[in-house]
Amino acid sequence: MFANFDFDVIRRSLAYLFLDGMTFTLMLTGLAGLGGLVFGTLIALMRLSRFRLMGHIAGLYVDLIRSLPLVLVIFWFYFLVPYVGQWLTGASRPIHVGAFASSLVTFVMFEAAYFSEIMRAGIQSISKGQPAAAQALGLTYSQTMRYVVLPQAFRNMLPVLLTQTIVLFQDTSLVYVVSIPDFLGAASKVAQRDGRLVEMYLFAAVVYFAISSFASFGVRRLQSRIAIVR
Amino acid sequence: MNYHWNWRIFWEPAPDGTGTYLDMLLSGLLVTIEVAICAWIIALAFGSVVGVLRTLPSKTASGIGFAYVEFFRNMPLLVQLFLWFFVLPELLPSAWGLWMKQLHNAPFYTAAIGIGLFMSARVAEQLRAGIGSLPRGQKLAATALGLTTAQTYRYVLLPIAFRIIMPPLTSEFLNTVKNTSVAITISLIELTGAARSMQEFSFQVFEAFTAATLLYLMINVVVVIAMRLIERGLAIPGYISGK
Repeated sequence: MFANFDFDVIRRSLAYLFLDGMTFTLMLTGLAGLGGLVFGTLIALMRLSRFRLMGHIAGLYVDLIRSLPLVLVIFWFYFLVPYVGQWLTGASRPIHVGAFASSLVTFVMFEAAYFSEIMRAGIQSISKGQPAAAQALGLTYSQTMRYVVLPQAFRNMLPVLLTQTIVLFQDTSLVYVVSIPDFLGAASKVAQRDGRLVEMYLFAAVVYFAISSFASFGVRRLQSRIAIVR
Repeated sequence: MNYHWNWRIFWEPAPDGTGTYLDMLLSGLLVTIEVAICAWIIALAFGSVVGVLRTLPSKTASGIGFAYVEFFRNMPLLVQLFLWFFVLPELLPSAWGLWMKQLHNAPFYTAAIGIGLFMSARVAEQLRAGIGSLPRGQKLAATALGLTTAQTYRYVLLPIAFRIIMPPLTSEFLNTVKNTSVAITISLIELTGAARSMQEFSFQVFEAFTAATLLYLMINVVVVIAMRLIERGLAIPGYISGK
């Protein structure tokens, strides 16, 4: 079965796969996770705010993004970002946006919708007495959020946020559809150049599996360690 | 924006010779729905078995269930589809591999099976959570009545567990519909794929993707409304989803 396999193709392309591909994937995962968390928290605060209109707009955005497949969203942003860039900078033609910037914008906007739902659940899990006490102490809204509510919401939701980040790590492989060389894209390039689909795709599968299993094992440990006894 | 809008593009004939661009998108929509339903049947069947395995007292059974779920959850769906589509035929005896490669509609079957198995791990986790959320007394009472393990699951645990997990299953079904778009990578012309080819043929990027977006929204609305009716009919009074 493995007789005519050429495992050397993996060794030969290791540097390319990890230095180019995996670096891209991990950078994208990390930055999109952070950006998604920041924007997601803002969206969650909008949805929970007293201003109904703002809440509705945020809710519409979240519902819209969550009902679309990521592949379609990647296509949308891939074609839309140059036009938006043109509009923002006032250039005469759609600007050129690099592969990394384009996918980063896509994933931040996409993940923000998912992270916002997690943060919303986290904020709602804080008992009413906390913000009430903060207000009684004379803290403003932003102080209440910054020093009282959000730190606790973040801590309660940390395992869920990290699990979502593992999903994000796997989802970044979908930039394949616009031929951006992330880890899978790099593997696929080598696979097609050398006609070694089997070896490269098996190797990619093993690497994704190893990283995701290791990360989800870590999340499970963290979950049992930080659980707050109530 | 100096983008040239042309909304009438949908009524112009598409170069693939099957009709207008609108027909092209609608046939993509049909493929999306077909793949999603086939994948969902597989996901429910395998997911139920694995979900039950994970709750059994036997260490071996729950170990197998755990391994199954981890296997399908820790690889991106795209990689899994590539494994089924490109790698599996090469690993099988050559006669079988050749048969698979020559199979008519291979992307369709690969997508249905690949997405079905991918989603089955998630269905299994939902079912495990559903069974786990039942009061311990249910199982104890069934045992006290002299029911075997199989009977306990068949008549006591599963009928309630499935009704409790209806809402999460609805969103898993919607995830299945969305995941069909990943099959664009193994050249299945589903809805996103149809929009993509319309964009490549006509250069009307935003019209094509707007139409696809609206169609996806429509699927979501229909599924959510249908499931809400089913949930209402099946809800157990006194439970979270019941009144």
